[in-house]
Amino acid sequence: MIGIVSYGTYIPKFRIKVEEITRIWNEDAETVKQNLGVLEKSVPDVDEDTATMAVEAGREAISRARIKPEKIGAIFVGSESHPYAVKPTATIVGEALGVGNYYFCADLEFACKAATAGMQICYAMVKAGMIEYGLSIGSDVAQAKPGDALEYTAAAGAAAVLIGKDPIAEIEATVSYTSDTPDFWRRELQPYPSHGGRFTGFPAYFRHIVMAAKKLMEEFGYTAKDFDYAVFHQPNAKFPQRVASMLGFSEEKIADGMIVRFIGNTYSASSLLGLCSILDKAMPDQRILLVSFGSGAGSDAFAIRVTDRILDYPRNTRVWDKLKECVYIDYALYLKHRRMIR
Amino acid sequence: MRVAIIGVGTTEFGELWEKSFRSLFLSAGLSALEDAGIGGKEIEAIYIGNMSAGKFIDQEHIAALIADHAGLAEFGIPAVRVENADASGGSAFRQAYMAVASGMHSIAIAAGIEKVSDAKDPMEILSTAIDQEWERFVGANLPAIYAIIARLHMHKFGTKEEDLAMIAVKNHRNAVHNPKAQFRKEISVEDVMNSPYVAEPLKVLDCAPLSDGASAVILANEEIARKICDTPVYVEACTQASDYFSIQNRRDILTFQAVIKASRDAYRIAKIEPRDIDVAEVHDSFTIAELIAYEDLGFAKKGEGAKLIREGETEIGGRIPVNTSGGLKACGHAVGATGIRQIVDLVIQLRGEAKKRQVDAEKALALNIGGSGATAVVTILSR
Amino acid sequence: MVPRIWRRIKYRYNTITSFCESCGSYYYPQREICPKCRRKGAIRDVEIDGEGTVLSYTIVNGRKIALIEFENGARMLAEVCGDIEIGSKVRKVFRRYGEDGEDGIIYYGTKFIPIS
Repeated sequence: MIGIVSYGTYIPKFRIKVEEITRIWNEDAETVKQNLGVLEKSVPDVDEDTATMAVEAGREAISRARIKPEKIGAIFVGSESHPYAVKPTATIVGEALGVGNYYFCADLEFACKAATAGMQICYAMVKAGMIEYGLSIGSDVAQAKPGDALEYTAAAGAAAVLIGKDPIAEIEATVSYTSDTPDFWRRELQPYPSHGGRFTGFPAYFRHIVMAAKKLMEEFGYTAKDFDYAVFHQPNAKFPQRVASMLGFSEEKIADGMIVRFIGNTYSASSLLGLCSILDKAMPDQRILLVSFGSGAGSDAFAIRVTDRILDYPRNTRVWDKLKECVYIDYALYLKHRRMIR
Repeated sequence: MRVAIIGVGTTEFGELWEKSFRSLFLSAGLSALEDAGIGGKEIEAIYIGNMSAGKFIDQEHIAALIADHAGLAEFGIPAVRVENADASGGSAFRQAYMAVASGMHSIAIAAGIEKVSDAKDPMEILSTAIDQEWERFVGANLPAIYAIIARLHMHKFGTKEEDLAMIAVKNHRNAVHNPKAQFRKEISVEDVMNSPYVAEPLKVLDCAPLSDGASAVILANEEIARKICDTPVYVEACTQASDYFSIQNRRDILTFQAVIKASRDAYRIAKIEPRDIDVAEVHDSFTIAELIAYEDLGFAKKGEGAKLIREGETEIGGRIPVNTSGGLKACGHAVGATGIRQIVDLVIQLRGEAKKRQVDAEKALALNIGGSGATAVVTILSR
Repeated sequence: MVPRIWRRIKYRYNTITSFCESCGSYYYPQREICPKCRRKGAIRDVEIDGEGTVLSYTIVNGRKIALIEFENGARMLAEVCGDIEIGSKVRKVFRRYGEDGEDGIIYYGTKFIPIS
């Protein structure tokens, strides 16, 4: 059995409310909150970035796994906001986690699904007997142009998933659906991403998630009823609610993963943070559908079944509890924290 | 053999825009020679204290440079720059003292010189005196190290920010009568308390300014001194000690072990006790440094430094006048020159030439500290 | 500057003290010779969990810098993010310390936050 052996998360403690952003741009807070279903988003401290958050999440995953870091044979960090355009984040993480020098390593980019792609690679490497454990981390300090709609949701966070044998949650199956769909992109040297507006909906998010989920269910014989939980990439609260209903999942089945309302879209960490929130409470034999989405575009679908081993696993500091420890800041501090003013 | 100081000279300290590094030394050196009544050709060696001409003005190898511009190039005497951060001056003095005491040379100059105001950020350069890898890297600078010490001293012994302010006030008041001082205006405790924080709890007026300046003293052996000098001042002891470099390694950050070691050695060699000192020039790069020096030099018990300043004991007229010149705070801190300037001011006191700052003194002590205390030089002089 | 920073990466990313096997003393920052034992000493790295107590601190250039004491007696100067007083308990976090200009390398290291 191969799957998730441990997981760790990190959410920075600062928050900015939708009201504070609408105040600057003279928009209506209630309308925005209605449209997006998001109340506030997480903001990193001035000295935090994708690498620092990835290390914090990775440290939690390793400490709860109770394994020696040197046993980790691969590290992949997926992000759209790597601190360097050239020079991997994953080596900084590897050094800070103390994994030694003998490990497979690369940074991944596939918009918000880079870390689930990393999970698939780690899964394959473990299955092939190449490594004992593989670590995939999604971490982002999401960029958004000031005044753009994305500004309300572009947030910061990290999630780390350790893959290996004897898991607390088995990866029963995984499938990907990929196409060349330019829904959201950032050109080299451009500071902020651009997007296709409404084009990011059906041709992108919904199409890829639905195709990947349906393929997974057809190929491996699942129906929606076989899953106790479903978690999708969360760019806002509306999209995952809608795609859940399209796939036949009720509000209850997605509720435990819907942290986007309180922290916004953490990009590469988004679907994984949702998964971790569910793992915080899921019981043995319960099954989770995880479908990520990365612009450009693609979705990775996983059928994950919780095992007995989760009962021995230290599920302290739950994601929903971490969300509550926060400090609200105003727009000026937000700009300073994001290093947009120095 | 016994060593005496036969001549002293100093420039004023301050932001001396018109003076270059090379020209700075001239007036100090020439006054020292005139004061001693000798000509340049009598000088056998020159020891120059200078912290960082390399960083301040991009010039190294400055001892030879200064010797040349002081007119000594024809004599080809040995010239060396001595560096121990802001204890460079005191350390240069000790090297010159040892050269004469050992009989190696009969007459030597100990000088100090620093030109800081051409640099964009002099405090950055002074902060190279702390541990660059493990203190500077995490965001500390020299004021921050002293601030950390100050906060703990306040927490443990009840020292107040007002006590530190009184030290700055005292030194400014003394400097009113010092024509060479950078700041000759009185300030009040309120002025100090209202000045902005540099590194909490230390404020702008708790910190000595970084200044341009040069000072020089001429040392000779006793035999020569008696022959040519009316008022030789004798060096009873000149000691130096080092300590752990970073405050991370000091067992008790409220005690400067280097000061304790150097001063105990000095008292022993001079055969005196702390209470025998009549006047002292003490390294007040920060007001807390002067307060802790009261304790580490043995003028007050550990933790009771504040008592001395509160009771006026270190004022002119008090039991142990400290920094009658105005100290680093009001004279200005020309880094490498400070240690020599302290000697100059004590010699003026011991000779009875201090006019309105005069105290009745037979034994004087100078304390020059490098950085956050890793180096300390103690000199005891007598008339 | 690059090699100088690189040489210390191991000691900046985690809290690693130097331990002398001869006398049992712990030191920070890393050193090669035990000041008590000198050549009779035997120093090796010992990584610690990064929890400590604030001995003193200052605020300079908008940053809080504290002297933190670990259980084994070693002390570390580091930036602290959050509200502290003398005696506060703190734990390590991985943060950015600075960069060598906009086009230079980024310096990462260990800072501390109060344990709530």
